[in-house]
Amino acid sequence: MVETFLLVLLIFMIIGSIIAIETKNLLSSVISCGIVGAGVSIAFLMLGAPDIAITQVVVEILILVILIRATITIDNTGIEAHWDTFSVVSSLIFFGLFLVFAFLAVQDLAPFGKPLMRVSQQYLETGLQKTGAANIVASVVLDFRGYDTLGEATVIFTSIVGAFVILRRRGRKARKEADTEKVGILTEEEIREDYEEFRE
Amino acid sequence: MATKPELMSSENPKGMTPVVKTVVRFVMGIIFMFGWYIILYGHLTPGGGFAGGTILACGYVILTLAFGKELALGKMGDMTASIIDNTCAFLFVTIPLIGIAFGFFFLNFVPHGKPFNLVSAGFIPLYNIIIGLKVTSSLFAIFIALAIFGRFVSTLVEEAEDEE
Repeated sequence: MVETFLLVLLIFMIIGSIIAIETKNLLSSVISCGIVGAGVSIAFLMLGAPDIAITQVVVEILILVILIRATITIDNTGIEAHWDTFSVVSSLIFFGLFLVFAFLAVQDLAPFGKPLMRVSQQYLETGLQKTGAANIVASVVLDFRGYDTLGEATVIFTSIVGAFVILRRRGRKARKEADTEKVGILTEEEIREDYEEFRE
Repeated sequence: MATKPELMSSENPKGMTPVVKTVVRFVMGIIFMFGWYIILYGHLTPGGGFAGGTILACGYVILTLAFGKELALGKMGDMTASIIDNTCAFLFVTIPLIGIAFGFFFLNFVPHGKPFNLVSAGFIPLYNIIIGLKVTSSLFAIFIALAIFGRFVSTLVEEAEDEE
């Protein structure tokens, strides 16, 4: 039952991603990306992972809003489609290689629904006594594997700092004393002044 | 931070239509309450810091979209977001370091309490709150940087093209 539903969901997601690539309208492309995210969320829910399903659906909504708000209004140059023999042949070769190695790798996997439980069985049995957290996911993510979560937080922090540095219009050294208080984004008047200077 | 009442009123010309503003006024409190519920009960029910923080960031985003950018930037501007983000990143490293004093890195040194209670599981709720605040501020900062700033520049470009 679950596997049939998952198959239907996967076909739905593949159709959505093909539409997202092939359509000419940018808005419908972004919304078709949302189909994939919603499908992944329902798949996680069917497989019994509500934590990841909540995170997936919420992040997908936020990303869709940011994508629509940020990309639709900025004018994009259209990409003209042209036939490139080398890129098509090379991507076909690499796709074939990927299929061969994926076939070899999947044969060694445990069957669907019967995962290897060598370490996770230990967590499931002793998680409540050792950490006191009723949600086993929270006890694994934040206690047993807290070091990994520290790495994740570092990745988020670094990416946010990088985005702020890249999206800042002017370098810090060129600013006056009054500007040093602000870190990220300039006020509207400053952007307007900058833009008029740039146009002259 | 007190909110100016004229920013929240339906007569404010910025933002979306009065229908959207009225609906957002009703739904906004529920959204923020649900986000904090997901964060605070992360060690008991599905959810946690990341999911709840993203819901809170969505709440700020819906404020920005409905009422214009002055309201949400007054509540959490880019400077506030940076300060919260950096403080939470610092705390996230500091609390495991305190564990060294009791034994080893990432030791759950806080008393565990009774299971299935709100105050239980040692420092896991504390981590959920820190991650929630960090994710809220950083995702909303990304929204500020990408959407508001980029949109403003694009409107400037359109104005300049209209003049020509």
